[in-house]
Amino acid sequence: MNVEEVPQEGNITLEGHRKGVYARDAEGHLGLVASRGWEAEEIVTRQAVEMFDALTATARERVYAGQGSPLEYHMYRARMDIPLLAQASGVWQWRVRRHLRPEVFRKLPLALRARYAKALGLTPAQLDEPDGLD
Amino acid sequence: MGLIEMTTNFIHQQASHCESGVMSAIVRHYGLPCSEPMAFGLASALAFAYLPFIRIYSLPLVSYRMPPRAIIRGLQKPLGFKMRAETFRRPEDGARRLDELLDAGKVVGLQVSVFWLPFMPKDFRFHFNAHNLLAYGRECGRECGCECGCDASGDYLLSDPVMEEPVRCAPADLTKARFARGMLAPKGLLYYPASAPREPDWGQVLPAAIKKTVRVMLHTPLPLIGVKGIGWVARAFQRLPVATDPQASKLYMGHLVRMQEEIGTGGGGFRFMYAAFLEEAAQLTHRPAFAELAEELTGIGDYWREFALAAARMIRDRDPLDAGRLAELLRAQAVREKAFFTALGKAARS
Repeated sequence: MNVEEVPQEGNITLEGHRKGVYARDAEGHLGLVASRGWEAEEIVTRQAVEMFDALTATARERVYAGQGSPLEYHMYRARMDIPLLAQASGVWQWRVRRHLRPEVFRKLPLALRARYAKALGLTPAQLDEPDGLD
Repeated sequence: MGLIEMTTNFIHQQASHCESGVMSAIVRHYGLPCSEPMAFGLASALAFAYLPFIRIYSLPLVSYRMPPRAIIRGLQKPLGFKMRAETFRRPEDGARRLDELLDAGKVVGLQVSVFWLPFMPKDFRFHFNAHNLLAYGRECGRECGCECGCDASGDYLLSDPVMEEPVRCAPADLTKARFARGMLAPKGLLYYPASAPREPDWGQVLPAAIKKTVRVMLHTPLPLIGVKGIGWVARAFQRLPVATDPQASKLYMGHLVRMQEEIGTGGGGFRFMYAAFLEEAAQLTHRPAFAELAEELTGIGDYWREFALAAARMIRDRDPLDAGRLAELLRAQAVREKAFFTALGKAARS
């Protein structure tokens, strides 16, 4: 890649930051060049972000429909899946899966709630609210 | 040296990859000029690995470099110095130790989770636990009672090599990021040099480092590592359920491109950075063969970028979804890299 080929496409995922990539200058030497982003990167990053956004939105609807627990919503909102939440909270995966059921979640002991809240960076009270804090 | 002096002495320099950026900054700070590509290449950090049994968001682990901490460990021998690393069971201990080291004027490397860093762009904040950055000072908190005009926040002064400018971070956030749990959990890892790096005999250490990379790429007994691993990924692409589940196939493709371009590789899955290293190596060892190979590797990096663009276009439906075509591109890359690393091995031995 030559210096003038380094993409400067104003990638929205970078939020105005610039990242370093290596490219060849006029004399043929490779050096670090600041890039405002590349379409291909933006596409794949947005793809991952949008996947979680979609999962979060569905989870919220499920909570209001009485089919899902707020824990599911918060899990996806924190860009986690079941294995990750299990690791972050130290609760076994099968238990996490069970706690995603609304009737089980409702009876969840305080200690467990606190553990989930901590892993998700929330207060135990926020854990009950299936609404964005953004 | 006092705290103030040390903190003002530290020079932040943007890099493209976190670990090589942090280690080159540490080596520079302790008196030896060292570029990021030099740290990366000298630690033999270039690789390719496809580990389908390790899953990230239920997608296989694909890496274009050696595992985390390889650069921290790998620079010790060639540069003749020792790094000291500490992990902690309790977050309080980790925070206290960091403060101690900073107050003693050290520049300290930290392993953190990207997700909990408030200064990162939001779209980058995924649960990746092996990010590295440097702490080079802190503002004292209100309670410290010193004379520095304390309406100070207690913020840490950090140099995150992938950012353009130094950043600051509140203690609570940094502790959370240092003690995130899960795969590759940092456990509060901090590291700093126990002795100063020395200028090595380049004619000896550079060929040795290059030979090691060639060995990893061509002769690892596992078929998942090195050039053969690229072929395995190609095969996995071929088997994607493009017709029955296009969404899952696209996620798989996007994942590979993210590992290659997005997570701070300097473009082309570290190939451009390694080419920059070879260019430096050619000068230091007076072996023009390395410079010619740097040229060739830059070309290979360009092909990786082409692959990324092709995959991204398919993800956004600008081109028809054709995993077979991407698999072909990957196979071509495997052939090119095999030829390249064979030639590189020859150049390093002669």
